[in-house]
Amino acid sequence: MENRLELHNVSKVFGEVQALEDIDFHLGRNEVVGLLGDNGAGKSTMIKIVTGYHQPTSGEIYFDGQKVEHLTVPLARQLGVETVYQERALADLQSLWRNIFLGRELTNQYGFLDVKKMKQETHSLMTQSMGFTSSAVNPDSKVGTFSGGERQGVAIVRALYFDADIIILDEPTMGLSLKETQKLLNFVRGIRDAGKSAIFIDHNIFHVYAVADRVVVIDRGRVAGEFMTKEISLDNLMEKMIRIAETGSFD
Amino acid sequence: MTTIETTSIPPYKETFSLRKFVRANGTQLGILSVFLGLWIIFILAAPDTFTKPQIYYAFMSTIPFFAIMAMPLTILVIAGEMDLSFPSIMAIGLVVFLLTYFQFASILLSFAAALLVGLFAGWLNGFIVVRFGIPSLVATIGTQFFWRGAVLVLAQNKNGSLAYAMGTPLYNILVGKLFGVFPMQMVWLIVIAVLSWILLNRTRFGAHIYLIGDNAESAKLMGVNNGRVRIQAFMLVGVVAALAGVIASLHVKFFWPSLGEGYLLRTLASVFLGGTSVFGGVGTIFGTFIGAFIIGAIEAATVAVGLTGFWTQLIYGLIIILSVIMHSFLRRRME
Repeated sequence: MENRLELHNVSKVFGEVQALEDIDFHLGRNEVVGLLGDNGAGKSTMIKIVTGYHQPTSGEIYFDGQKVEHLTVPLARQLGVETVYQERALADLQSLWRNIFLGRELTNQYGFLDVKKMKQETHSLMTQSMGFTSSAVNPDSKVGTFSGGERQGVAIVRALYFDADIIILDEPTMGLSLKETQKLLNFVRGIRDAGKSAIFIDHNIFHVYAVADRVVVIDRGRVAGEFMTKEISLDNLMEKMIRIAETGSFD
Repeated sequence: MTTIETTSIPPYKETFSLRKFVRANGTQLGILSVFLGLWIIFILAAPDTFTKPQIYYAFMSTIPFFAIMAMPLTILVIAGEMDLSFPSIMAIGLVVFLLTYFQFASILLSFAAALLVGLFAGWLNGFIVVRFGIPSLVATIGTQFFWRGAVLVLAQNKNGSLAYAMGTPLYNILVGKLFGVFPMQMVWLIVIAVLSWILLNRTRFGAHIYLIGDNAESAKLMGVNNGRVRIQAFMLVGVVAALAGVIASLHVKFFWPSLGEGYLLRTLASVFLGGTSVFGGVGTIFGTFIGAFIIGAIEAATVAVGLTGFWTQLIYGLIIILSVIMHSFLRRRME
C-alpha cells in the first residue's frame, strides 16, 4: 500500500537562507510520526510545505502515490490534510462557530452562508467532542474568552469535523495544563486507532515518544535520522538528541 | 472517536434571553440609545422643527449622499483597511460621466462609465495596497490627491451643468420622489445597506472580511486569499463612491469639481460612530446606518435649537469622541 504522503528531495530557500535541504520524508497509513528538532531546524517550514502554505523551491510531493504540483492550502485540505496550529491560528474577536468553519464556511444552494447549520454543527461538536460543559459557552461565544485548553480543543475539533486523513499537530501542547495535555495525547493515539495518519511536532520529547510510532529528527534543514519508538529507549533517544544538538551528528 | 455522529444530539435551539441578546448586540444597542437620546433632546429643544415631517424629508434627502458610501467603507474597515480617496473617486466618476455625455449624449452610457471608473479606482487602491504592501491610509492619501488632480485638469473649461438629465428615467430612479414625496436616494441607501448586510453576514466574502481584519495570518493559514478579498472590498467602496457622486450631482443638477470634499469626515465618522473598530474584525452595517443619521441630524439640530452653525463641528467632535469611548468601554465589558 502506498504511503499517505511522501516528500522527495524537497528543498526550500528563503532569500539566502537554506531552510530545508533535500528532505525525504514519508508518512504511512495508520501511522503517527513525531518530528523532533531544535528551534529553526526547519520543522515548521516542512509542515507549511505539506499544508500548501509555502511552495518548495525544488523537490516533489506525493499524496497516496500521486504526484501533486502547485500545492495550495485549499488543495491540501481537499486532499485531506488538516492542521492544528499553535493557538495563534484562531480569530479571537469572532464567534466559536465562525472559527470552526474558518475558510470553509458551509453555504446553501444559493451560495449564501448556512449560519443555522454551522451553529447547529458547532453545538454538536461542542457537546460531543470538545467536552465544553460550561453553560456560558455557546456557538456564539467569542473565542478570545476561552482558556488555552479550550482554544486547542477548537483547533482540534476543526480537524475532526472535516474528516481529515492526515492531521498535523504543530506544538499542540503549548500552553496546556497537565490534564489537558493528557487529553491531547489520548486524542493523538485515537487518530491511529481511527485508521488515520498524523504528524506530531513538539518540543517535548516525552510527549512525542509517548504517542509516535516513528520519530524523525530534523537538524539544520536536513533529516538527521529516524527511529522506531519500539526499537529505541527514551533515554537512548534523548542522548542522541543532545549529541546532535551539540555536534550535528548522532555518533 | 474521529467519527462524529450528529444524529443522537438534540438540535441546538437558540434560546432567547435578554442577557444574551444584550451581550451579542451591545455596541448596536449602545449607538441606538445614543441616537434615541439625541432625538429626544432635539425634540425637547426644538419642538417646532422636530415634530414636523419636513425635517425628516430633508434628512432623507441629504444624508444618503454620504451614508451610502459609509456602507462599503464599513466592510473595508472591518477588513482592517482604510480608504481616504473616495471623495475624489466621487468626482472623477462625474468627470467621466460628463466627458462620456459630451461624446455620446447618452445618460445611461455616462452612468455606466462613471461606475466603471469608480470600480477601477477602487481596484487601483487595492492593488497598490496588496501588491506593494503599502498601508492603505498612506496609499489612499496618494490616490486621493491623484484623482482630485485629474478632476481639476480634466474639468477645466467644462460646463458642469447636468440640467439635461432632469426628467430622464435615470434621474427619476436615482433622485426622483417615490409617490411624489419620498426621496429616491433614501431608497438607494436602504437597498445598499441591505445588500451590504447580506454581503457581510451571509456570504463567504463577508466571513473572510471579518477573519482578515481579526487575524490575517490565520486567514492565510486557512486558505483565504487575503489579497483578492481586500481588493474586492476596495472595489466596492470605489463603485459605490462613484454612484454617490452621480446621485449627489444629479440632485443639484450640477457638477462641482470640489464634489465630495465635505463628505470625507462625515462618512468616516458614521463608520466609527457605528461601533466599527479601526483595528478591524469588528463592526456592523446597522451601527453605521444609525451613525450616519446621527451625523446628519446634528447639523440641522444645532441650527434648529438656536445655536449658530459654528457650533456644529464642536458638537460633532464631542459626540464622536464620547461614542467611540462608549464603544471601547462596551467592548471590554463584553469580553
